[in-house]
Amino acid sequence: MAEAMLAADGTPLKRSLARALRRQKLRALALIAPLLLFVLITFIVPIASMLFRSVENEIVANTLPYTVEALADWDATGTDLPSDATFEAMFYDMFIAAEAKRHTRLGTRLNYETTGVSSLFRQSGRRMDDVADISYEPLEDLDKAWDDGATWYALFNASGDADQALLSEQRGRVARLSGSDASADINFAPDAQAAALLPLAAREYTAWAVYVATQDNRDPAERDPWEAVAPALVTDLQTADLSGYSGPMADMLRTAQQANLTVPNFTREFADMDEDWATLEPWQTIQTHAGTYTPGYFLNAIDAQKTPEGIAWQPEEKQILLTLFGRTIWMSLLITFSCIALGYPIAWLLANLPMRKANVLLILVLLPFWTSLLVRTSAWKVMLQQQGVINDVLVWVGLVADDGRLIMINNQFGTIVAMTHILLPFMILPMYSVMQTIPPSYLRAAKSLGATNWTAFWRVYFPQSVPGIGAGSILVFILSIGYYITPEIVGGTKGVFISNRIAYHISSSLNWGLAAALGTILLAAVLVLYWAYDKIVGIDNVKLG
Amino acid sequence: MADTATDQAFVEFERVQKSYDGEILVVKDLNLSMPKGEFLTMLGPSGSGKTTCLMMLAGFETATHGEIKLDGRPINNIPPHKRGIGMVFQNYALFPHMTVAENLSFPLEVRKIGKSEREEKVMRALGMVQMQDFAGRRPAQLSGGQQQRIALSRALVFEPELVLMDEPLGALDKQLRETLQFEITNLAHDLGITTVYVTHDQTEALTMSDRVAVFDDGRIQQLAPPDELYEEPQNSFVAQFIGENNTLMGTVSKINGDRCEVTLDGGEIIDAKPVNVSEVGQRTRVSIRPERVEMNKERLQPDVHTLRAEVLEFIYMGDIFRTRLRVAGNDDFVIKTRNAPDQVRLTPGTQIEIGWLPQDCRALDA
Repeated sequence: MAEAMLAADGTPLKRSLARALRRQKLRALALIAPLLLFVLITFIVPIASMLFRSVENEIVANTLPYTVEALADWDATGTDLPSDATFEAMFYDMFIAAEAKRHTRLGTRLNYETTGVSSLFRQSGRRMDDVADISYEPLEDLDKAWDDGATWYALFNASGDADQALLSEQRGRVARLSGSDASADINFAPDAQAAALLPLAAREYTAWAVYVATQDNRDPAERDPWEAVAPALVTDLQTADLSGYSGPMADMLRTAQQANLTVPNFTREFADMDEDWATLEPWQTIQTHAGTYTPGYFLNAIDAQKTPEGIAWQPEEKQILLTLFGRTIWMSLLITFSCIALGYPIAWLLANLPMRKANVLLILVLLPFWTSLLVRTSAWKVMLQQQGVINDVLVWVGLVADDGRLIMINNQFGTIVAMTHILLPFMILPMYSVMQTIPPSYLRAAKSLGATNWTAFWRVYFPQSVPGIGAGSILVFILSIGYYITPEIVGGTKGVFISNRIAYHISSSLNWGLAAALGTILLAAVLVLYWAYDKIVGIDNVKLG
Repeated sequence: MADTATDQAFVEFERVQKSYDGEILVVKDLNLSMPKGEFLTMLGPSGSGKTTCLMMLAGFETATHGEIKLDGRPINNIPPHKRGIGMVFQNYALFPHMTVAENLSFPLEVRKIGKSEREEKVMRALGMVQMQDFAGRRPAQLSGGQQQRIALSRALVFEPELVLMDEPLGALDKQLRETLQFEITNLAHDLGITTVYVTHDQTEALTMSDRVAVFDDGRIQQLAPPDELYEEPQNSFVAQFIGENNTLMGTVSKINGDRCEVTLDGGEIIDAKPVNVSEVGQRTRVSIRPERVEMNKERLQPDVHTLRAEVLEFIYMGDIFRTRLRVAGNDDFVIKTRNAPDQVRLTPGTQIEIGWLPQDCRALDA
């Protein structure tokens, strides 16, 4: 049969089959498309973005581009401070960051790594103007015209060739700094001649012009530039050769050059601002975390950190997360085992009762689902607290002295009790549905073969119910490992889970990178456990019904 | 109707009653006695109480009243695992998580038999059903017939004296069923085990058993060897339940020893053997097997009554012909004739005359 089979109309059978199947597949795809999109948008995308956020670290390079560049060759493990050029770059980066109010954000980011950086940045940001004034005021004294924005605009706005490279470079700088678009048309282009002659001043003026035009929607021609242009200009004038310059403000420039104004000593100024700038630590932090992507958040998540010397443990008092991970897993295991112990007999009873009675009991099992999780958890608070129902009864019965009331809440015990109760249906239902499929004749057969009730159960019934236990355990364990509300309400400080820490970093400390790293580790842990379960028990052995 | 207890009775039911809900008796006053080595089948429609009886014997149900004895000992209070009764279930009940060998080894393990002896017994039991090569398989890897063979050898591996079988062949196809019927009876007789077999398939019951107990409505309707059951049903339930059967309603008009005359509702008179009737004027249901109806007048006794019949349908079935007639107002009167060379094939509409030997027509309860 070398010849291809043909369909009735003469087309090859394979092709007509493929066509028929394709239509079916398209229809199936169309049916699941809404769900697929929903899952994609609400599940895959957030998870991917979370994974990304846990390694993303553009803020350092975006906020301090020139500093990062200048620090690149600095030996962070040595004893020398970075070069003066680094301090100078830091000044210009910091100045524009402070104007854009981005320096506090960076401070917060770096404060995750080194405590104190946040306040250092915040306080220093305010002092940038003072440093700029060291050059600005003498310049102004020299000629009132320097105080006029029009002078600067005339100096740097292109009268001849425009330096488009500089412009687009500064557009990029502003865009990255502010995190918003900076490509709008502006009424300014740096003059190529001025930019060649006065590179630093042209750079800073262009950055300012782009910023006011794109972020503040002002015309740079009508505004006064930031004071930072002054130290930049003075710096440029020290080396500039004005002899051939015939562009705008040539005389003013020559006068300023002859006045030999002083450039601020940035290194000293920063040290005066805050003595921490004269230490290695802030610089080490900046250099270590300059990369666009960082393992820093993940290291933080396991109580470690990145240092110039490599990876090191966090100081003792900051090590809480590994303990928390361990506690989360340990308590989740305890909760899972409590659920198995409590749920197995109930599932067995349900599976062996007549249908009608089983349905009534099943409703009782499902009843908790109809009550708000918050209400159920709060009810446990009422039950377990020291003046609560259980303690009252114990005292009344005389089992516990009035002054020796048991502490059953705001600790691990409270969390385990409440979560076992809440997650129990997730254990019972899969066990029940598996047990339902085990015919009673197996137990009868075992007994007729001479097995006692216990042997019949343990050797014959139990092994067959294991898939149900497996399914229930995976469900309960995975749910509890990421549980948040119940530990938050009844857990106190000793009974909280890693998810409570994630929530804290999301909503209070705003360290989303760390939160994302913690979440990613949690996700990975669940996947690893799932994989391990598959290897040990076999995922085919999991039955949900 | 029930057998009386004999001295060598191995299994005995004495006035056993069973009710699940306290209102309805599922088993009503059951008396049964089986000698050692007998193959007894409990046959009946579903809900007739036969499986309940089996479960009471196995110990999974307790009798509401009465006593069950095994080898002379009352076993009402002995739990199932101490009764030492082998059991084969309808769905085989092979433990799916164990191999065939482990399944067979299970009853020996719980009896704390040593490993080497266990292995020997397992292989011997597998040998009885020609399944030695399947020792390492899981039940799910076996066909239905193979599973049932394993279930059988598992029930026999610990050498019980009594084996119970609850519709063991119900899930198998016809051909396999017939093969296994043969195997089971042979095995039971060779090993000398007493067997109680439950089925609703009368062919199975007739071909396999030493005796058959026909159950209906919680009672044994008749307990007899297969041939007796078929040829001499004691009441109209048994007559209708076992084999194919023609019935006609009428009133006893004359009784004379083991012969009587019955006047049918249409006025025709027929000859019959009184079984459940004792006096003239009683309503009766007469029962005659299709193969015992005679169309050839020459073969009948000269003094018997005959009936006129109209042929409604002729069905060719290969080895036999099946002819449906209208007889005394009954459109479902069937006769079966052997496909012999001289046998006529009747065409619908033909008028014929039929009769029978009086002892083949049984006047039963109405």
